[in-house]
Amino acid sequence: MKRVRSRLVMLIAIALVAVAPAIFGSFTITLMNYIGIYAMAALGLVLMTGIAGLTSFGQAAFVGIGAYATAWYTVAHGGSPWIGLLLALALTALVATILGVATLRLGGHFLPLSTIAWGIAIYFLFGNTDALGRYSGLSGIPPIAIGPLSFEGTIAVYFFIWAVLGIVMLLCWNLLDSRQGRAIRCLRGGTALVESLAIDSFRIRLAVFVLAALLAGLSGWFYAHIQRYVGPIQFDIDAGIELLLMALVGGAGQIAGAVVGSAIVTLAKNVLQDVLPAITSYSGQFEAVVFGVVFIILLQKARGGVVPIIKKYLPRPEQNVLPIKASPLPRRQRTSAPGQAVLAIEGATKRFGALAAVNKVSFEVKAREVLGLIGPNGAGKSTLLNLITGVLKPNTGTIVFQGADITKLPPRRIAAAGVARTFQHVKLRPNMTLLDNVLLGIYARTRAGFLAGALRLDRAEESAARAEALHQLRRVGLGDRYGDLAGNLPLGQQRLLEVARALAADPTLLVLDEPAAGLRRLEKQTLSDLLRDLRTQGMTIILVEHDMEFVMNLVDRIVVMDFGVKLAEGLPAAIRADGRVQEAYLGGVA
Amino acid sequence: MTPEIAVLLAQDGITTGAIYVLVALGIVLIFLSTRVIFVPFGDVVGYAALTLAALQLKRIPGTVWLVLTLAAIATVVEVYGLTRRHQARRIPQALLYYAALPVAPAATAYLAAGYDLPMWAGIPITFAVVLPISPLLYRIAFRPLADASVLVLLIVAVAAHFALSGMALVFFGPEGFRTAPLTRAFFSVGPMTVSGQSILVVASAAVFGLLLFLFFERTLNGKALRATAVNRVGARLVGIELSNTAATAFLLASALAAISGILIGPITTLYYDSGFLIGLKAFVGAIIGGLVSYPATIVGAILVGLGESYASFWNSALKEVIVFGSLIPILLWQSFATRGGVVEDVEEEEGESRT
Repeated sequence: MKRVRSRLVMLIAIALVAVAPAIFGSFTITLMNYIGIYAMAALGLVLMTGIAGLTSFGQAAFVGIGAYATAWYTVAHGGSPWIGLLLALALTALVATILGVATLRLGGHFLPLSTIAWGIAIYFLFGNTDALGRYSGLSGIPPIAIGPLSFEGTIAVYFFIWAVLGIVMLLCWNLLDSRQGRAIRCLRGGTALVESLAIDSFRIRLAVFVLAALLAGLSGWFYAHIQRYVGPIQFDIDAGIELLLMALVGGAGQIAGAVVGSAIVTLAKNVLQDVLPAITSYSGQFEAVVFGVVFIILLQKARGGVVPIIKKYLPRPEQNVLPIKASPLPRRQRTSAPGQAVLAIEGATKRFGALAAVNKVSFEVKAREVLGLIGPNGAGKSTLLNLITGVLKPNTGTIVFQGADITKLPPRRIAAAGVARTFQHVKLRPNMTLLDNVLLGIYARTRAGFLAGALRLDRAEESAARAEALHQLRRVGLGDRYGDLAGNLPLGQQRLLEVARALAADPTLLVLDEPAAGLRRLEKQTLSDLLRDLRTQGMTIILVEHDMEFVMNLVDRIVVMDFGVKLAEGLPAAIRADGRVQEAYLGGVA
Repeated sequence: MTPEIAVLLAQDGITTGAIYVLVALGIVLIFLSTRVIFVPFGDVVGYAALTLAALQLKRIPGTVWLVLTLAAIATVVEVYGLTRRHQARRIPQALLYYAALPVAPAATAYLAAGYDLPMWAGIPITFAVVLPISPLLYRIAFRPLADASVLVLLIVAVAAHFALSGMALVFFGPEGFRTAPLTRAFFSVGPMTVSGQSILVVASAAVFGLLLFLFFERTLNGKALRATAVNRVGARLVGIELSNTAATAFLLASALAAISGILIGPITTLYYDSGFLIGLKAFVGAIIGGLVSYPATIVGAILVGLGESYASFWNSALKEVIVFGSLIPILLWQSFATRGGVVEDVEEEEGESRT
C-alpha cells in the first residue's frame, strides 16, 4: 500500500513536468530549462557532498569544461554536438580523474580547499586561452539536433532536458540502492569501518568524484547548446558556490533535492533580479549578499535542507524489498584442519612514543577454536586487534594469516583475505537500515559494478546478498527489524548488528572486540550460543571481553595481557588458578 | 632572464611572500584554534588597504559602513540570544563588546575623514577600524556552529565571503586604489638596489611573526590557544572556555590581516575583491605547510610569493593559473608522502536525515 502511494507521488511529479508547457508561458519554460540543467550539476554534488561527504566548490568548473569542450568543437571545427557531448564527457572525466588522484587521498578539508583553487585556476585558463575566445568567450554554438529534428525551440528542448534529467536521476537512485551505492553511502563517518569491510575507500571516492564531474559535464553540454554562448564568468567560483547552495538547500542527501534546490535558487535569483534594481543600483551584489546570508542561516538552522521537511508529510517508500527466493552466495573454502594455526603472531611490538602498548607478544590461534584475549584496561588488547586487522602497523614482529604474511597489508586486503571484525566503539551507519548495514559486510563476496547497479543488471546477485544478510540478521535475533534505521537500536543490539555484519563477510577468522558489553542477560546467552554454533561450523574466533563468566563458559583457550606483554596463555581453568593473573586483575592480593 | 632580473624578481617575490606569511599565519592560527578555514580572511586584508587608501584620499572609508553593519547584526543576535535565555543583566556587557567597541574606531574614522591625516595617524585608525571585523564575523556566522564539522564550517566561511564581497562592492565601489608608499628610501647592497618598502615589509613580517611566537610560548592565553589546537575536549576539561579562545584567535588574526593590508597597500593596486585572491594565495602557502605547522607555513608562503613573481615574468596573464595550478602537484606529493600512515578517522556530525 505504502509502495503504491509513493509511486503515486512520483507519477504526479512526472505528470506535472509533462503538462507544464501547456500551462505556462515560454518564459517560465525557459526558466525550467535552466532549472533542469542546473539540477544535473547539483545532482552530482548531491552524490558527492550530500551522500559521500566530499565537498566541492569547483563543480561549476567541470560544467565549464563540458561546455567549453563542446563549444570549441562545434564552433571552431564545425563538428556535431553529439561528438561534442562525447568530447565533453571524456574531458571532464579525464580532468576529474587527475584532480581526484591528487586530492582524494588527503583527508577532509584539503579537497574543498583545492576545489576553490582549481575553480579559480580554470576560470583564468578559460579567460586567457586564445582558442577559447579569452574573456569574450565563444558564441554561435549550434543547437542540438537529431537528423531533421532540431531542439532549437524552447519546448522541444524542454522535453529533452527533463527526459534526460529523469533518466539520470533514476540511474542514480538505482545505483545508491546497489552494492557500490552502499559503499558510497558508507563513506561518510570515517574510513576505519569502510576499510574493514574490504572496500577501497579511495577508489569509491574517486568513482563518485568522476561521476559527479560527468553529471557536470552533461549539464555543461546542455548549457552551451541552449545558451549558444559560453564565457569564463559563467563558470567562476561564484557559480560553483551557487551549485553547492542548490544541493544544500534542496537537501544534500536527497536525489530529489537536486531538482528542488535548483528550482528554489533559480527562482529566487529571478525574483531578486526583478526586485533588487528597484531598491539599489548594485543589484548584482545584493544578490550575492542575500545568497550568502541565506546559506549561513540554512546551515545554522536547517542543515538537512528542504526535501527532508517535505518528506515528513509524504509516505515513506518501502525500502529493501526482500527477495522471494534466491540462490545462496558461494561460501569461502576453509582449508585449515582443526589444530592447525590460522593466525600466528610473532614478537609483535607497537610503540606510541615511549609507551609500548604491545610489547613482543607472540601466540597462535588454531583453526576452529575460540580464543579469549583478556587483561585489565589499558593492557593493549584493542591495540593488538588493530595490529591483526591492519589498522595499525607493528614496529617489529610479524603476523601470519593462513600461511601468508599480512603484517604490512592495508586493512581492506586483510579483510578480503577472510578476517572480519567488530569494533570496541560501535561503528555503524546510523542512517542506513539494519539490512543495508549487514549488506555492507557482504561487499567483498559480491561483484556488481557501478554500471550494473545503475542499470539493475545486478538483481540476481543482489537478491542472493539480501537473502544472506537477512539470514545473518535472524541469527543474531534482529530479523524482524531489518527495515529500521541502525541508529534507532539500543547500544547492545548495535553490537549484535556489528556481529551480523562481520558474519555476512563469511570470514575464516572473526575478531570480536567486547561484543557482550551492554548486552542483557538473554542477549548474552543468544550470542554465546551463536559463537558456539559458528565454531562447530568451522569458524575461528578471537574474542576480547571483560565479562569473565561469558569468557570462561565459551572459550577454548585464553591469552592474558597486562601492560602490553603476554602474561599467561592456557586453558580457562589454568588461567583462573594462575597467581599472576589474579594479581594483575586484583592488584597484589598476596 | 638575466641574473639582474632574476635577483629583482626574487626581491619582489620575497616581499609579497612576506605578506603572504602574515596572512597565512592568521589563517593557520584561526584553523588550529577553531577548526574554521577562514576564507574571508583575505577580504579583511583587502579592506585594511582600502581603508588606508580612502583616508589618504580624505574620503570616508567603506569599512566604516561595513563595521557598522556587522556590529548591528552581531548586537541584535547577541541581545536576542541573551533575552531568550533570560540573562538580561549581561546585556550591557554585550552592548560594550558588540556595539561600543567596534563602533568607536569606525566613528573616529568617520570624523577624521576629510582631514589631511599624517601617516602616523592614518595607520592606527585603519588598524582599529579593521580589527573588529573578524571577531564580529565569528560571532555572527561561526559561534552558533561551534560543534559542526570542519566541512560545514568551511562552507559557512565560503558563504560569508560571498556575502562580504557583495557588501564590499557597495561600500568601496568598483575602482582600484593604491596607498602612498610607507617609505621612498632605496638602498644599494653591492650591485643591486633594495627598496626601503621591501625591507620594511620583510622586517614587519619578521617582527610580527616573532611576537606571535612569543605570545604562544610565553603567555597563558597563547598556551590556551595551543592547548585548544591539540585537543578541544581536553582544553575544555582544564577550564579553557572555547568561545573565548576562538574570539581571541579571530581578534589576533584580524590584527595580522590589518597589518598585512597596510603593508600590501603601496605595493599593488587593490580592488574591493582583490583580498580574496591574496587570501587564497596565502592558503596555498599554508597548504604547502600542511595547515598544521607555523614554520612550514612561513616557508610555503614565501615559496608562493617567489613562484608568483617568476610566473608573472614568464607569462603575466597566466600567473594565477600557475600559482593555483601548482597546488595540484603539491597535494599529489603530500598525498603520496602521507600514504601508508595511520588511517585517519574523521567522524562526521550526526543528525542529518538521509534517504
